[in-house]
Amino acid sequence: MAKLLYIHMLGYPAHFGQMETLKLIASPRFSDKRLGYLGAMMLLDERQDIHILITNCMKNDMHHQVQYVVGLALCALGSICSEEMSRDLSGEVEKLLKSSNPYIVRKAALCAARIVRKVPDLMEVFVPTTRQLLSEKNHAVLLTGICLVTEMCTVNPDSLQHFRRFLPNLVRMLKNLIMAGYSPEHDVHGISDPFLQVRVLRLMRMLGKGDEDTSEMMNDILAQVATNTDSSKNVGHSILYETVLTIMDIQSESGLRVLAVNILGRFLSNSDRNVRYVALNTLLRTVSVDYNAVQRHRSTILDCLKESDVSIRRRALELSFALVNKNNIRTIMKEVLAFLDVAEPEFKSFIATNSLVAAEKHSPNKRWHIDTVLTVLIKAGSYMQEELVFTIIAMLSQTDQLHGYHTQRLYVALTNDISQQPLVQVAIWAVGEYGDLLVTGQVENEIGGGEEEEEEEEGRREVVQVTEDEVLDVLERVLQSPQSSPATRQYTLNSVMKLSSRFSTSLPRIKAMVSSYGNNMDMELQQRAVEYCAIFSKHDNMRKVA
Amino acid sequence: MLKFVLLVNKQGQTRLSQYYEYVPVEERVTTEADIVRKCLSRNEESCSFMEYKNFKVVFRRYASLYFIVGVDNSENELSILEFIHNIVETFDRYFESVCELDIMFNIDRAHMMLDEMIVNGNIVETNKSRVLAPIAVLDKSNR
Repeated sequence: MAKLLYIHMLGYPAHFGQMETLKLIASPRFSDKRLGYLGAMMLLDERQDIHILITNCMKNDMHHQVQYVVGLALCALGSICSEEMSRDLSGEVEKLLKSSNPYIVRKAALCAARIVRKVPDLMEVFVPTTRQLLSEKNHAVLLTGICLVTEMCTVNPDSLQHFRRFLPNLVRMLKNLIMAGYSPEHDVHGISDPFLQVRVLRLMRMLGKGDEDTSEMMNDILAQVATNTDSSKNVGHSILYETVLTIMDIQSESGLRVLAVNILGRFLSNSDRNVRYVALNTLLRTVSVDYNAVQRHRSTILDCLKESDVSIRRRALELSFALVNKNNIRTIMKEVLAFLDVAEPEFKSFIATNSLVAAEKHSPNKRWHIDTVLTVLIKAGSYMQEELVFTIIAMLSQTDQLHGYHTQRLYVALTNDISQQPLVQVAIWAVGEYGDLLVTGQVENEIGGGEEEEEEEEGRREVVQVTEDEVLDVLERVLQSPQSSPATRQYTLNSVMKLSSRFSTSLPRIKAMVSSYGNNMDMELQQRAVEYCAIFSKHDNMRKVA
Repeated sequence: MLKFVLLVNKQGQTRLSQYYEYVPVEERVTTEADIVRKCLSRNEESCSFMEYKNFKVVFRRYASLYFIVGVDNSENELSILEFIHNIVETFDRYFESVCELDIMFNIDRAHMMLDEMIVNGNIVETNKSRVLAPIAVLDKSNR
């Protein structure tokens, strides 16, 4: 039987074992029964019909003398019961909940939890017994009792009101746990029963959400837990983490929130990676609630971008974007752009989209905005989405003073590398529109944009003098390159056409280029080429006007 | 709520698996392979948590075995890490300095211990002596 389980675990079908499990469960020997139940829990599940046959066996077992057998039955019921089974056996479970044996009570409580989740109507049956459960001394019973209550609250929000009355009990329980001396049974590294503490905190979070009075009652105890817990080991950290989550979700007072954010700040500088990951995660959630407090930790977050672990980097990135505002956008963008060079592909598109959005909302001046957009384009060009190309083009056309400047930059980028499609498309469009500015070498400065940083950059970038022929060379290269997508070629053809009205000396060459595409395989290109040729021949006289 | 517990060795073979919600058999195998591959590729320095589809995975390496626990988004990851350590200590007490072979040859006992500690995806007992008591009874009756 045990070997059968192993086979099942590895993934092979083991359905023939199911009848065997039934026979084993029915046998009087304890070990057989144990194995049978184990098999039942693993091999059967609620989708099969065979489990209904077990119901009768389980009912008998629950009245058995030996507590372990009762425990077995409850365990199995807890794991695999379905709606019909729960209805049948809920009466038995309730009786067992009231028994004096803690071993049984604990299993019965979890069984009840599952029944409540499956069949919410049966919840009223179990509500009265929960009160007694919560005042037990035995930790395991407490743990399961709280579990049951949590389950009920999740299933039925109305019961929250009912359970809020128990809050003083919970607070007292938590206090005992912290104050009590060393108890060897429940101790983990010097903290008594951390699992129970975490559960109680979670339940308190659920009860306090949205309710002023209960939150007030919890304030003291939360502050006490936060300050007293020893955080040198992971155990302490987990309790503090849960406390912080609770503080964030309930309507706590501001002092408590500051305390929580401070704890998170301490986590961030902790040497253990896991703790830092958890802190970053939680900060992401609190940023919407308490913006300023998180700003203080900005530099630490930016440092996390250089971590070797992927998950931490992703979290730090998301957090940095959430923190962006007018004041800190330069520093943040500098770090992010540096990070872009070493990031993996799936990050790049995320970074590209978000940087553009952030830049649009908070950029200090137009020139910086365009600089950033162009840098993003150049570095992450091939990972950007198509729609962004249009947005960029729209934005570029609106900034009148900087047309010459950005056309320059795009032209330089284009000559270096024609493989990144979005970059090429934007560059070609700009060259087409403002080619005359490019040729005359006019680069106008933005009015009143002189800060030290910008002047430095200006000095470094020289104005490039290009001739019309060189421009047309580049465009031709793009047209013929196998890396260009059909959309890019259409852009290029359009640009060539526009240049015909802006350039004065290269008209014959342009005409030749356009007409060569009159026979092209691609329908779109062919159509455009033919139309443009027609315009050339018939409407040459309108050239001066256009 | 815990979704599953897996014990996998360094070569990627599953030594123990316990699921707390229904997942069809073929899907189990593929999910296990995927998660194990991601865990094995992490080195000493990286994080012990990761996100996979719509739930979180917490894992820890003990000698040649990887203990992997899948939890849903409402669970506290650090406390699950502590719980994994608790499981290991319980196994240790029963098997006396547990190793991979112990689990392979006594897989039913290992399952039983896990069942005492987790029921239906919730942690129910963390006290080692109480977890081992029913198993001791079983051993005595067998002898």
